[in-house]
Amino acid sequence: MELTLAIGIGVLVGSGVWLLLRPRTYQVIIGLSLIAYGVNLFIFSMGRLRAGQPPILEGTADPTAYADPVPQALVLTAIVIGFATTALFLVVLLVSRGLTGSDHVDGKEPR
Amino acid sequence: MRLADHLVIVPVILPLVTGAFLLFFDERRRGFKAAVNLCSTALLVATAVVLLNHADASGVTTAVYLVGNWPAPFGIALVLDRLSALMLLLASVLALASLVFSLARWHRAGPHFHTLFQLLLMGVDGAFLTGDLFNLFVFFEILLAASYGLVLHGANPFRVRAGMHYIVINLAASSLFLIGVALVYGVTGTLNMADLAVRIPAVPPDRQALVEAGGALLGVAFLVKAGMWPLSFWLPNAYMAAAAPVAAVFAILSKVGIYVLLRLSPLLFGTGAGAMASFGDEWLLVGGMATIAFGAIGILASQALGRLAGYYILVSSGTLLAAIGVADIAVTSGALYYLVSSTLTIGAFFLLIELVERARDPAAAVLSVTMEAYGDEEDEEEPEEEVGIAIPGTLAALGACFGVCALLIAGLPPLSGFIGKFALVAALFNLTATGSTVPATAWILAALLLIAGFAALLAMMREGIRTFWAPLEVIVPRVRVIEIAPVAALLCLTAVLSVGGGPAMRYMDATARALHAPQAYIGAVLSTPARTAAPEARP
Repeated sequence: MELTLAIGIGVLVGSGVWLLLRPRTYQVIIGLSLIAYGVNLFIFSMGRLRAGQPPILEGTADPTAYADPVPQALVLTAIVIGFATTALFLVVLLVSRGLTGSDHVDGKEPR
Repeated sequence: MRLADHLVIVPVILPLVTGAFLLFFDERRRGFKAAVNLCSTALLVATAVVLLNHADASGVTTAVYLVGNWPAPFGIALVLDRLSALMLLLASVLALASLVFSLARWHRAGPHFHTLFQLLLMGVDGAFLTGDLFNLFVFFEILLAASYGLVLHGANPFRVRAGMHYIVINLAASSLFLIGVALVYGVTGTLNMADLAVRIPAVPPDRQALVEAGGALLGVAFLVKAGMWPLSFWLPNAYMAAAAPVAAVFAILSKVGIYVLLRLSPLLFGTGAGAMASFGDEWLLVGGMATIAFGAIGILASQALGRLAGYYILVSSGTLLAAIGVADIAVTSGALYYLVSSTLTIGAFFLLIELVERARDPAAAVLSVTMEAYGDEEDEEEPEEEVGIAIPGTLAALGACFGVCALLIAGLPPLSGFIGKFALVAALFNLTATGSTVPATAWILAALLLIAGFAALLAMMREGIRTFWAPLEVIVPRVRVIEIAPVAALLCLTAVLSVGGGPAMRYMDATARALHAPQAYIGAVLSTPARTAAPEARP
């Protein structure tokens, strides 16, 4: 399970970084989204991987039988914030496209 | 709990409520929105003054406010000490000045200026107050989201392009921030800064590399904000493109990154951190020095005032980063003084630039922009046989402000730019005298500081001559009193800072001492108990 997740995060972030370095705004926004997915999975995995264990304690049971709830709360916040900032960037991307007529990140086609 | 204890959360709540409230009114009620914004910002200044007095009172050094009424390692705590009180006051004063300036015309340049302005203040104040790493991320995102809106205020293609780069860089940096936070949490199991300071020395050796990796990733995220050299190429463009009052209030944004480093570096990786003590200090020192050199070269190469100011931010950041890297109490206290002085200077200078550039004839402005874009293709060597030009009153006032800015930026006496630099250099040489660890680098750093000041002096003289003396036809800009008054007020504050240098340095010294001996901070945060509910509230 750990290996699969690690490879998944690596592929997501790797493709994200590659897209981030591309010259078109659409590629950049997709790259940022992929990096955000990878980062969210990474935060999640920092609570240690456990299958079928609830995050909310009931009674005075053994804490090792439960998943760590904090990374799950963190990842929820990170998803919301990442979603909002991506939407904001999308607006700027459209404004730039409208003002300059080009989807190049520098606002003009390379000569 | 007394009502006064709740004052700690006012710098977060007040801008949030005001910003949300202003959303209910459309842009036709601009006068009303401006008045509400002005009242709120003035209240913030007053609150910051009260909090500063409170933090400086003898006996009380750290006020802890438990937001959800859970004790510290579990709930989120806001922490007020001398450093955060100082930064709060600096941010709100700068905001008030830029806001007054913007009321003359800039706030009409785009929608929702006042809301974004208040939310930016909320993010900045929250970042200064919070004692929790993830909460810091949230406040960072709030201030960044507001700044994305503000940098596009009065959108033109140049602003949109610079703003887009700014947003991408900061989104990428936020990802690094999250990875760093997650790593630190995964190893230590806590996000509270004080609790982290307790747990980091106890991390087993095989996991120390993970903590260091997390700390380094966090550091990169903050250094992007602060503009350390290889991470700073976006900064001059974004600040130059932003509208003048926005750029002035952005002067505090790069200082947010500096603040976090100033807070976390001695707290988490200070002398008490065992095997990881002074982790990252060399990086900060060397990176800061590279930033000073890069900024000084940029200042010399700048053909436009806005770009010059952008590179001066880099010099200022570099100076502060290198001072943090030295990790010495006297150097830190000089750096704090320099931080206040340079932030006020940058704010005043960005506001002044907009006024001065109105005086330039548009052709010259176009020329300088093309020179900026395509390099110096032509030297404007025109022989001038003017005997003398009568300088009108407005230009004289602008020129005087420009001269004062030049003194501050170059760090010449008698103003506070000089005192800050002097305190830094004196502390660096004292370090050498006592035979501490960094004698050679101290010499290089002191030399770099002086060279950067000299470069700034040259560039400012050149720009001043080009702006005020060289033009054949004098175009007197239309400047209103509420535009020049904030500039003059900020410059007067630097004068006050130099006249009151003694008390100011005493405050900075106490702040630096508390930063480098964080036991009081840790103790205060971790020992604050949750309040018990009033008896009648219980069923």
